[in-house]
Amino acid sequence: MIEFIQALLDPDNEFLRLALSVSLLASISFGIIGTYVVTRRISYLAGAISHCVFGGIGAALYLQKRVGLAWMDPMYGAVISAIIAAIIIGLVSLYAEQREDTVIGALWAVGMAAGLLFIDLTPGYFDITSYLFGDILLISHSDLWLVVCLDIIVVVFSVYFYNTILAVCFDDEFASLRGIHSGAFYIVLLCLTALTVVLLVRVVGIVMVIALLTIPAAVAGQFTKRLWHMMALAVFLCMVFNGAGLAISYTWTLSSGPTIIVVAGLTYMTVLLCTRLFKRAHKKKPVSIR
Amino acid sequence: MANPHDVVLKDVFFSYTHDPILENVNLTIDHGDFASIVGPNGSGKSTLLKLLLGLLKPDTGEIRIFGKNPEKSRLRIGYMPQYAHLDTKFPVSVMDVVLMGRLGHSFGGRYSEEDRRAAQIALDEIKLADQNKRFFSELSGGQRQRVLIARALCCEPELLLLDEPTTNIDPEVQEALFEILKKLNERMTILLVSHDLGFVSQVVKSVICVNRCVVVHPTSEINGEIIKDIYGGDMCMIRHDHRCSEGGHQYD
Repeated sequence: MIEFIQALLDPDNEFLRLALSVSLLASISFGIIGTYVVTRRISYLAGAISHCVFGGIGAALYLQKRVGLAWMDPMYGAVISAIIAAIIIGLVSLYAEQREDTVIGALWAVGMAAGLLFIDLTPGYFDITSYLFGDILLISHSDLWLVVCLDIIVVVFSVYFYNTILAVCFDDEFASLRGIHSGAFYIVLLCLTALTVVLLVRVVGIVMVIALLTIPAAVAGQFTKRLWHMMALAVFLCMVFNGAGLAISYTWTLSSGPTIIVVAGLTYMTVLLCTRLFKRAHKKKPVSIR
Repeated sequence: MANPHDVVLKDVFFSYTHDPILENVNLTIDHGDFASIVGPNGSGKSTLLKLLLGLLKPDTGEIRIFGKNPEKSRLRIGYMPQYAHLDTKFPVSVMDVVLMGRLGHSFGGRYSEEDRRAAQIALDEIKLADQNKRFFSELSGGQRQRVLIARALCCEPELLLLDEPTTNIDPEVQEALFEILKKLNERMTILLVSHDLGFVSQVVKSVICVNRCVVVHPTSEINGEIIKDIYGGDMCMIRHDHRCSEGGHQYD
């Protein structure tokens, strides 16, 4: 731990400070959007979006190296594919008559496969592990700006429309009856989820996105009973997981993404176990029905 | 413009696939009526309610609520869904839920002091005023159902639609609910879906029987024969004190 703080203070370790500040700032979006994902029960959709991001990254690399669009950074490809995936998934889940999960599962795999095929077609060798498992130490200054912008959008949106989104997440049918475009709000929410997922891919990688999106919110949900309390606690927990994960991974030279996830996962399991034991010890008196 | 009927359905047909759910429905509900929609499972009761709310569109025929199409009249309708389709673990307070009835007044969905007052009044009315600080997840089934009624009342509706308000409610709470609804009926039209005929007793003025077709009876007409017609089998019937509807007999 002391080693990590010393490393942070070392002027040569610019990358480490950058990684820490990005992961702490990104926690704001992760916590807020994660709370929506958990309460609305759409973590499966978030998973599908994250795998579609790989398709976008592959396509961007292909366009960059093979077609010669030099400006086509894989990040752009990731953002575009995430948004497209979010809109398709949103429309499917709003309008598909049935078997929504099958369609989304197919999209999940096809997104991944498309990414791999694009990389096959692109000359040169790419290390795709940083996309799959994340590498927070590769984060650049432009990522920092991306994080700040996303935080601002997410915070403004969820503060301004708090009551509306709460109603849409709790009971979209009723919200529609109050003249709210539930469908439009749902799609916007999925698009914000998509942007958050792109950022998560940078931090923990495609494969582990769902974990960092849902675990902080799930733990927060054990202790809170109102949506904004849950968001605030989820943001805080996400910061703790990211910070602790980074410190541990630096100290023991482990990969940062998996370390963060393991820290979060162990916390979640401990909390579940403790609340279970606590509940058994303090079994509630039956609530009177009135 | 003056339309004496709150709800008018004319030759309405509806189907999800090619099997018809509702056939040739003609129905009028007068202002101030208290009607119950009854019928066996899968008979189209909830579908009928969704048609009235404009959540579904009829294949053919016309639906008018307050003389306009349902979507335009939505804000004048209070709707209580079955709480079973809601996530009971969702982190919201009772007040948060009731306040949802006030949405649609401002773009962002901010609530004013007046909105909070209206929500408190709605909770008072449904005898849950002391529960406003509690959380939806902590309530019993009956309390949740009442919170949803309070939310519908918070819309200050002229027409109240209730989907199965009696499921999961104890008989004595049911009795209290009758009283509340009876009082509300003095200022609004009430239409409820129920599959237990027990509810169709003292308070309800007319009964709308749904089983693909729709037939309206005044409460006094309900007897074993009709129940057999609706449910397609013999049933035991407990007679309550029946009152005659002022609406009279409406089917031909």
